[in-house]
This record gives sequence, structure tokens and C-alpha cells, in this order.
Amino acid sequence: MSIFGRRTKPVEEQIDGDIFNKETDGLSQGQIVRKRFVRHRGAMISLVVLLSLIIFVFSALGFKIFGIGYGGWWKYKITDIPNLRTTGCSIELPGCPTLDLLPGKNFGLGDHPFGQDDLGRDYFALVMRGAERSIEVMVVIGLVAGFLGIVVGSIAGFYRGVIDAFFMRLVDFIITIPVIVIGSVLGYHFGSKGVLFLALFLGLVSWGGLSRLVRGDFLTLREREFVDAARVAGASNRRIIFKHILPNAIGVIIVNVTLIMSGAILLEAALSYLGFGVVPPDVSLGLLISQYQDSFTTRPWLFWYPGLIIIIVALSVNFIGDGLRDAFDPRQRRRISRKDRAAERQPIVKK
Amino acid sequence: MSSPVLKVSDLTVEFWVDGVWYPAAVNINFEVEAGQTVAIVGESGSGKSTVAMAIMSLLASNARVSGGIQLKGEEVLGASPQVLQKYRGKEVAYIFQEPMTALNPVYTIGFQIIETLRNHFDMGPKDAKARAIELLTMVEIPDPERSVDKYPHQLSGGQRQRAMIAQALACDPALLIADEPTTALDVTVQAEILDLMRGLRTRLNSGILLITHDMGVVADMADEIMVMQSGHTVEYGTADQIFNRPTNPYTQQLLASVPKLGSTTMRILEPSQAIREPVLKLSNVTIEYPKRGRLPAFVAVEDFSLEIFPGEIVGLVGESGSGKTTVGRAAIGLLPIKSGNLEVVGQDISGASQKDLRRIRRSTGIVFQDPASSLNPRLPIGESIGEPIFLAKIAKDKELDKRVEDLLASVELPRSYRNRYPHELSGGQRQRVGIARALALTPDILIADEPTSALDVSVQARFLELLQELQGQLKFACLFISHDLGVVDILAHRIAVMQNGKLVEVGSRDEILKHPKHPYTQRLIGAVPVPDPAEQRLRREARLAAKY
Repeated sequence: MSIFGRRTKPVEEQIDGDIFNKETDGLSQGQIVRKRFVRHRGAMISLVVLLSLIIFVFSALGFKIFGIGYGGWWKYKITDIPNLRTTGCSIELPGCPTLDLLPGKNFGLGDHPFGQDDLGRDYFALVMRGAERSIEVMVVIGLVAGFLGIVVGSIAGFYRGVIDAFFMRLVDFIITIPVIVIGSVLGYHFGSKGVLFLALFLGLVSWGGLSRLVRGDFLTLREREFVDAARVAGASNRRIIFKHILPNAIGVIIVNVTLIMSGAILLEAALSYLGFGVVPPDVSLGLLISQYQDSFTTRPWLFWYPGLIIIIVALSVNFIGDGLRDAFDPRQRRRISRKDRAAERQPIVKK
Repeated sequence: MSSPVLKVSDLTVEFWVDGVWYPAAVNINFEVEAGQTVAIVGESGSGKSTVAMAIMSLLASNARVSGGIQLKGEEVLGASPQVLQKYRGKEVAYIFQEPMTALNPVYTIGFQIIETLRNHFDMGPKDAKARAIELLTMVEIPDPERSVDKYPHQLSGGQRQRAMIAQALACDPALLIADEPTTALDVTVQAEILDLMRGLRTRLNSGILLITHDMGVVADMADEIMVMQSGHTVEYGTADQIFNRPTNPYTQQLLASVPKLGSTTMRILEPSQAIREPVLKLSNVTIEYPKRGRLPAFVAVEDFSLEIFPGEIVGLVGESGSGKTTVGRAAIGLLPIKSGNLEVVGQDISGASQKDLRRIRRSTGIVFQDPASSLNPRLPIGESIGEPIFLAKIAKDKELDKRVEDLLASVELPRSYRNRYPHELSGGQRQRVGIARALALTPDILIADEPTSALDVSVQARFLELLQELQGQLKFACLFISHDLGVVDILAHRIAVMQNGKLVEVGSRDEILKHPKHPYTQRLIGAVPVPDPAEQRLRREARLAAKY
């Protein structure tokens, strides 16, 4: 049995001979982090949920990358306008959702599981396309902003001096301009080039806060003795930054990146609402919600499904972030199983 | 004689941790009479501070206390917060270990003393201030009229501790609890603070409960001593009994592991100095911290010359702020030198490029002061130890694994520890990891920067033994930086003494310790408390006689 990570207290020096002589393979930091991440139940479940959701969403309407296309398995496209239907569902309203999980005469998916919008377009198709767009925006903004924030923050905090001053004034400049204004201007000029282009630009302007936080952490951590120890061991600056200091700052980074990612969905929704983000006939989840905000009392399903997907995505991202942070933080102890706990109830005092 | 100031009977403190009650102190019994000093001695984790906290009712909320604590005959255990508030500060005062953190940095020391006074007495602001100045005069703070308006950061460490004592004495407490009052201070300052406390005890007739791990301090102060080990009292008796006729094996071991100045008889072989080149050669080195903003440049080390030969251990001693650590860090190229010449293994380090520096560092190693901070908390220790080898491209994968295992074995750590993180080890184990890393490339010179100051005496004794053994095997030269003359005495062939950035005296161990020439060295040696009450009294009298 491994005694690794069970208790945070330093173990007494007098340990049994079999533990002393036990063969233990050396594990690198990366291997240990991976092992701990895989062991984090919440994060693994969320990872599976998020991945399945992404596959489900992207395959529903089909996609086309580098000429390889897949038509999608759903019968409607977002441009199809079938007739508005009032029967076949329990609520009996025009365009009501036919998805019914309770046994009865309407049990099953039906023709329009998520219902239809006011024109009669299939809402399932709209939600799938919207989720595609929202996930794309979120991932691109998260990656671009995360990468820039980490790199700029690390370099500024580690080298200090002129480099720091330059980058931080740049951050000042970017932070003072409201993102919504930049987004509108960009959306107005480049909206036609697609949502990914917009997401890229939004990523380029939303890394300021993260870089400040990373810089702050680096300023404290670079004075710690283990940095000197690494330097004496012959580590280069690059190795010190990425191998020694960055893992110590990972908590701040992950919390901030997950916030940026959930913020990205809202930012995209706000821009779309103003008419500068995703331009119809294309849709996004934010756009769907804001378009039908007046129908909340009469046709609530136009809210339910986009909202549900946003919640699932945001929660999964947060849980995965949690798992990563715990995996990097050695002080996060593994939850003690019931068996271990029973063993620990035995008296601990020797005398 | 009336009832004792403090009577602790059958005190048991337990903490609720992870569903288990961990006993921190078990069946503790002792009494403190007025004008008497009782010392609780023990290593870290033995429960001495827990006892003190229980007396003040300052324990964390997951604690369970049973037994009795009587203050001047009144039971205080389980008393209401109002009652507790009345006796805290007034009847019982507490002197904390770290005066910088225990004093509030945003208020003047005068304000903090006045606050205590006005909380407990019906006193106007003017009277309170007059009394505060009086108290500061009593604890011998220079220029009390002006010091009363100073902030904690404007005072030196010793003055801060004096201010704390003044605050503690504000209401003439019947009992003074001093929790490691001198641990954060230099020896000469420590001697002054102890003199002060001894003087106050006779003047105010209060009882003192002294908590410390330093047997020298105990010998200097205590009338009665209680030795604690993992929550239990192992021995309780008068100072004379404990020091001269200890019956418990733990007490004997504790006393034996205290390094005693000038008592080491075993001489380590003198290396043949004449033939070989020095491994570390500093000639007229000046190190300066450059000016930052409005702060002027600060010269930390001035005109410093020292040579260390292969296989030799040189002890570098001095008080805090004397520049010892600066010398050590400059020697491995972590700090640039302003002028002079610094050669490591025959290579000039002062103008070396990054690449040269990296090569030079392969023949040096350093053990840092605080193992908790010098090991990367996010890196398993096996990787920390293997890093120098990996980066020097000496070994990889399987071979590296083997080297790491050998190194762990050589510092007597189990191989299975290699995947552990630093916080899962005890202080002594961490410091051994620090040594293993420093020795990973079998350096010619090892810089040890106060490696034992964070360790308990018995752990320190084992650590020093290990270091001596390794030095005997590997024959590296060592610059051992320490403020503790006792430790340097055990290890060093030669000793260099620093004061305010300058080298004061350098010579063989016997020359420095037995016949110090420079008055500063004499003062330093005179201030070290000896763990023997009778001898300590003689030394104290000699020191005071020299002072006046």
C-alpha cells in the first residue's frame, strides 16, 4: 500500500523496515500531476461530460475542415423552415418541444425535441449550431488570453525592470479600453470573416488581468530560495520560469483562465445582442437567449436548452480547472476512503 | 508564603484532527511562585506552547482542555470571555517569540502600551503616556521620550522585544509568560534581554513562565525546569537537579546534544594547506546592494579577504546583518561583487559570463538556511535532488534514478521518499534533502548557510554528525556560516568572525574560541549562554563586570 499523500503531517522518522527498503520508481513532477489529476473524480467526470458534449454538438449539424466534411446526423439545418406545429407535445402550444422522457403517448424525441422558434425553425438545430459557436469562442479566447497572460506575466515578473515596465504599461493601455467597444468595432469591420476571427481578437485584448496576477505571483516567488537553489543547480532562466516558478503560480492561473472562459461566453452574448458578434443567420447560445428574452413567460423552452448547455459547459470547465489545481498543489490531500478512515480510528498515541 | 501565582493541575489538551483527538499535552502539573522562574523545555512539537496558550485560553477552536488552571487561587479554565479579558494583560502577560509580527505595524509602540493601560485602568491619555515613557525607561530603551512615538519597524530587533516587554509589564502582571523570547535575537542582544528580565523579576516580584528550546537560556534564568517530550512531562525538578543529575534518558540525551562551547576534544585532521591551491579565494571583496529609489546603496561587505583550502571547514560567524550570508551567496555567484577578486577553484567569478558561471557552479554546492523555502514545494524531492545532475547532462533516466537513490541513501533517507513533496517531510529530513542536492555533483566546495538554525538540538546534533561523516568521505571544503558558536566549534578547522560587513578576526578554532584577540569576538563568546547554571552565573558576572 502506498503511503503517499495520505497524511500531510511529516511522518516520524521511525518507520517500518519494509517501507524503508521498498523499491520506488522515481516519478517526475509531470507524472505525479497526471496521476493525481486522473484520480480526481470530479475533474474526470467533467472531462468526459465536456468531451462527449463537444462530440455530440459538433457532429449534429456536420462540419467541414480542410475539405473533409461530415453531413451531420440531424435532419434539419438552421436554414430549414418547417411548418409550425402545435400538437405532439404535452403543453400544446405553437412550436412546443416534443422531447418527453415520461412514459406516455408522447414518449420519445418527436419531430422537434427542443421545439421550434417563432418562424418555425427547428430549435434543436439552432441550439447545436449556437453551442458550436459558443464553445469555439470560449476555447479560442481561453487559449489566446491564457497563453499571452501567462507568458507576458511570467516574463514581466521574472525579469522586472524595463521589460516589466514596458509590458505593464501595455496592459494599462489595453485594460483602459472597454472590451465591449473594441469588440463592437472589430465586429463591425470583421464580422463577415467569421466568429473565430472575432474570438481571436477578443483573446488578444482580454489577457491583461491574468498577466497582472501572474506577474504579482512571480514577483514574490522569484525571491524564494528555491529559485536560487535551481540557479545554483545550473538551471537556465527559461527552466526556472516554466519548471520551477510557474507550477507554484498555477492556482491563480487556473482560477483566472476559467473565469476568462466563462466570461467569454457572456462577452460573445453581449456583442451578439448589440449586433456585432455572431451575425444571423449564424447563431450562438448567447444570441439565442438574448433574442428570445421576451418569450420567457410564454415559451420558456427557448431559454431552457441554451441555458442548460451554457451551465454544463461552464461547470465542466470549472471542475476541470479545480482538478488541475489540486493535481498541481501537493498540499491538496486525497480524500480518505472509508477503509483508511476506519484504520485511522485506531489509537495513534504510542504511550 | 501565599498561594502560588499559577497552579496547573492535570492539564490535558487535545486537538480534533481528521476525526481523531490528538493529545498535545497530557497530565501537566506545575506551579509558579511569585518571583520564581519556571522553564518549560522541549523540542518543537513537544507541546510547550500549547500549555502556555491553554493558560491564556488562546487555543484554537478544535481544542479540548481538561484539568485545572488556577491563577492566584482562582480557576480560570472555562471562565467566561469577560472574566478572561479582565485577567489577560492585567494578571497574565505574554511575550511573543517574534516581536515584529506580535506588534501591530501601523501603530506606534507608545500607542500600543497606552492601549493596554487604558483598557485595564481608569487613566487619562496624558497619565497613560507618562506611564508608557516610564515603562520604556524601565526596559532601557534609548531615548524613551522620542521612542514612544516610533513605529515597530523603526526599532531594532532587541528594542522591539524590549517594547513588547514594556507592554507586557504595563499592568504589573503577577505572571509573565515568555514564549521563546530571545529565539529571534542575536546572542549579545539575547544576553541583554535576559539580564533585563532577570532584573525585572526581582524588582516586580512576578512569576515568570519561560518557554524555550535553548538549554543555555534555561541555565541562565530558571529556578525550576520541566522537560517535555511529545506532550508528556518527562522530568520536573530544580535547575540544579536537571542539569547536574538528570535521571530521565531523554533529558540526558537533550543535554548531550547541546553543542557546548570549547568542549569538543576530538580534533579533525588538519589538512595540508601548504601545497595546494585554495578552492575559494576572496581578496579585498566589496559587495554592495545597489541603490533603489530613494534608498541609498548599501555596502554589505567591505574589503573582505578569506581563503579556504581543499578539505577544510571554515566557520563564518557574526550577528544578523553582519554580511555572512552575503559572502556565502557571492561565493557561488548569486550576487555580483563590486570590487576585489573572487576565485572559485582557480577561476575568477567576478567577470564570468553566464556560461562560465554555470560551469563554475558545478564544482560548488549550497545548503540554504530554511529548507522549507529552498526546496520547490511543487517538485517531488527526488526531482529536486536529481536536477543538478540532469542539468549538467551527467546522467539520464535510469542512471539518474540510480544516482538519486544513492544520494538519498547517503543522507540516510529511505528511497521510497523520492516521490514525496517537501511538506511531507520533517525539518531535519528536508535539510538532509538540501544536503543531498548540494552534494549531487560532488562539489569541491560546499557553502552551508545556517543549515541548522531551523532545527531542534537533537536533530541538529544528528545533522552535524552526518555532515561531518560526508565531509570525511568526500573531502570537500566547506564554508559554514552560522550565528551559533557552539555549532561552529564542533565542525570548523578555522573560524572567521564578521562584524558590520568587515572581517574582524580569523584564526584556527582554538585561537578564536580560547584566546580571542579582538574585543568583539570576546564579547560574542562571552554572550553565549552555557547549559550549566553554575558556570553560566560565573560567566554572567564576568560579563557584567567587564561592562561596567
